[in-house]
Amino acid sequence: MEKTVRETIKDITRIHLLEKKSMCFGQCLTAVGWVGGTLPELYEDDGMVEVATSDVANGGFVVGAGLKGIRPIYVVRYQGFQWYNAPIIINYACKSKEIWDIPCPIFIRSIAMEGAIGPVAGSSHHSLFQRMPGSKIISPMTPKEYEFAYQEFMKDDDVYYVSEHRRSYDNFEELQDVIHEDSDFTLFPISITRFDAEKARVILKEQGYKVNIIHQLWIKPFEFKDEWKLALNNSKYGGMVLDDDYEEGVASSIAHTMMLSSDKRVYTFGLEHRTAGFHPDVDNLPPSPEAISEKVKSIILNKKI
Amino acid sequence: MNNIRLEIFKKASLCRNFENELYKKVQDKIIKFPVYLSAGQEFIASSIAVKIQELNIAPDIFIQHRGHSTYLAFGGDIYSLIDEMLGRKSGCANGMGGSASIQCKEKNIYGHDGLMGNQVPIGVGACFASKTPTIVFVGDSAAEEDYSLSSIGWASTKKLPILFIVEDNNLSILTEKKVRRNWEMHDVAKGMKVLSYDIKDDPMEIYDHLKNSFNEPILLNINTVRKFWHAGAGKDEENFDRYEEEMNFFGKEGREIDEYNNKLVLGAWKKQLEKQ
Repeated sequence: MEKTVRETIKDITRIHLLEKKSMCFGQCLTAVGWVGGTLPELYEDDGMVEVATSDVANGGFVVGAGLKGIRPIYVVRYQGFQWYNAPIIINYACKSKEIWDIPCPIFIRSIAMEGAIGPVAGSSHHSLFQRMPGSKIISPMTPKEYEFAYQEFMKDDDVYYVSEHRRSYDNFEELQDVIHEDSDFTLFPISITRFDAEKARVILKEQGYKVNIIHQLWIKPFEFKDEWKLALNNSKYGGMVLDDDYEEGVASSIAHTMMLSSDKRVYTFGLEHRTAGFHPDVDNLPPSPEAISEKVKSIILNKKI
Repeated sequence: MNNIRLEIFKKASLCRNFENELYKKVQDKIIKFPVYLSAGQEFIASSIAVKIQELNIAPDIFIQHRGHSTYLAFGGDIYSLIDEMLGRKSGCANGMGGSASIQCKEKNIYGHDGLMGNQVPIGVGACFASKTPTIVFVGDSAAEEDYSLSSIGWASTKKLPILFIVEDNNLSILTEKKVRRNWEMHDVAKGMKVLSYDIKDDPMEIYDHLKNSFNEPILLNINTVRKFWHAGAGKDEENFDRYEEEMNFFGKEGREIDEYNNKLVLGAWKKQLEKQ
């Protein structure tokens, strides 16, 4: 059986700590589960560092370690916790190279999940980092993508926000773009929506619609590649950016960039603009395959959702 | 011991003369952004810098926003500091740092970004990763930040070779400590099992409290008096001035040192302004 995303992360972490002599910081790393099985069973002497339950300060500890050039990994187990962990990383690590010529590379493993985890912990929050200078954001969902993200980080001296999703950890397959010359619509999915976008594409195909999928790995810097532009311009009814974060962030920003350099409308579909509750009736989940296909059809049929 | 006191005074004199001149430059509108003058507090960094020289170590230094004296006392280049005040690329922070975010790579002085107190967790993290002797300067107000407090706790847990210096001028802009809190930093640090002392900015008192530095975390809450406003060129009410007291202690020699540093600072400003 091929290696999963989970095993890929675990192997990378082992090499980073034992061979590169770096450190991995985070809360409750060595607890039962080892962060969804993504960490090797290592302890402080090996560089696996349990920090205090002090989210804001912990971000600062990692910045200090980054300044010393050890390229630390920082595990934030729920992306929603970034609102507490991000301030010192965003304001110091991301700006240090520009102000002081001192790079502060940090590999932030920011882990999303959702479903009955309430108003703070759930979903992705990469938009929080997107609007400030000095960081790069990548959202790998496959083993090769994760390996690529790590290799890019090791060549670079920027802060990397790695927007993970727990639902991807069992995945061992690579995700391929699907581009038709005469499509009806193009989906640009991010993070976990990439899996559901593929399901939506199949649903829509069965109903007679030709839909492209162009997977979004790099969130920032965002490069609107020529072949993507061509695919969008060849889509009769435009395109849509799918996200696991609120629409008023990365998704809208990317859609805006796409529209400025194409002649098509690009819609967005992500979390609803409301707080998630714990019960399924009040949760706020990323768009399902059914919801995606319904929204695409409504756009094509010029109906409002 | 008077030799040590004199060495401290020499450093403090450079700092005081620099700040006095910068005060004038702000009044004359040559400097047009907020400056955070450290006059009145210069004996803290000067005393520690002399002790560090004696120990012959090169610690990492995490500076606070009111840090000109720290920069100069630990040997930061005066010309680069002036250029920074003038917003030049040749400034110690590439002209980006202004007054609050100065640095000196040669002396391991890391800049402050303006988020009050975040130098505490950053310094703790750097110390943890490198195990290098580390000094963190923080004001009495920034020390109240929740992340500052929890960082001192973690440094204690990890028994880091770190020295926390609380430059306690009793003021957060103009809000006095008694309005903001009913506790003292050294008491809180003691509760976290950190060796902690509440002392005056008397140079020899500071110097004496540095004997066991870097064996374990130590916190010195040093009571001092800010001479000028929080920012810009204005004077707080007339207060005790440690600098005058020390200069008088050394008499003629003290006045000569002051005069020497005054000329040095004026000459440095003249030279840098002529570069324009």
